[in-house]
Amino acid sequence: MSFNFDAYYKKMNTGDIIVSYKGSITTEMINNMLEIVESRIGESTEDARLRKKVYNVLVESLQNLYHHADELPEAIRGEFEGHFGVVVVAREGSGIRITTGNFIKSDKIKKLKDKIDKINSMNPDELKDMYKFILNHQKFSDKGGGGLGLIDIARKTGSRLNPSFQNYNNEYYFFSLEINVTN
Amino acid sequence: MEPLIIEGTPKTPSVRFDAQQGLVEIKGRSIPENSIEFYKPLVDWLEKYGENPAPLTQVNIQLEYFNTSSSKCILDVFKKLEAIFKAKHDVIINWYYEEDDEDMLEAGEDYESIIRVPFKMVEIVD
Repeated sequence: MSFNFDAYYKKMNTGDIIVSYKGSITTEMINNMLEIVESRIGESTEDARLRKKVYNVLVESLQNLYHHADELPEAIRGEFEGHFGVVVVAREGSGIRITTGNFIKSDKIKKLKDKIDKINSMNPDELKDMYKFILNHQKFSDKGGGGLGLIDIARKTGSRLNPSFQNYNNEYYFFSLEINVTN
Repeated sequence: MEPLIIEGTPKTPSVRFDAQQGLVEIKGRSIPENSIEFYKPLVDWLEKYGENPAPLTQVNIQLEYFNTSSSKCILDVFKKLEAIFKAKHDVIINWYYEEDDEDMLEAGEDYESIIRVPFKMVEIVD
């Protein structure tokens, strides 16, 4: 069965939602969302540590979308804006759940999946070593962090990254990533 | 040499580089989408400063947040300072972190393990 965006978005938007967005991922949108989340979590979360972790993870998640959400082909653009992404931030027990989604070209899936599997298999010391190695040895692209974002998220949350890849058409998949931030 | 002064914004830190005082200060948030653009003038300034640095360079890094895109640029800043230190000039990097912010302390320790310059971890207590 092919991917049904509306059903997916509806499912994402269950629970105690703090903020939810679908549409083009721009610098302005990122600024707005960070501002909203900071003020809303600040009101209700006494815990400064959790607040900081959420903010950090959200910055990396949004910037991953900004840099990596693939430009959609004309055929799909009618339905979804060009630089399309989805972000939902919700309360989950005493923590916060951040879910992002974006279209990704089929040929990029294996590399991304392998990377996430590798990160999920690592313990905190291994993640730290990998982070430091990439920081010190890998040349960064003009785009940004040279792939440090997901490793940083895994280090800061100390929990597994939960990805899903759903087939949209021959050329595209919809990639969704759920991250749980607890203290 | 002219000081480099940049005002902070919600996504970029304030910068105060003063050659005469041997002061290198970065404070606030560093979470821009494109960090290279922001940090280039800082790295260029330090490159030039390294030709004739103060006997002691005091570096104060006090970041509330920084993204992974900034992390490499901050390393580039530290590498310029490392070159100054290697040329037998005193350099001390004061890495500030808020009380209980273990992530920020750990980030400082990551840099400390990569860069051969004395670091001092300074906890900010309200």
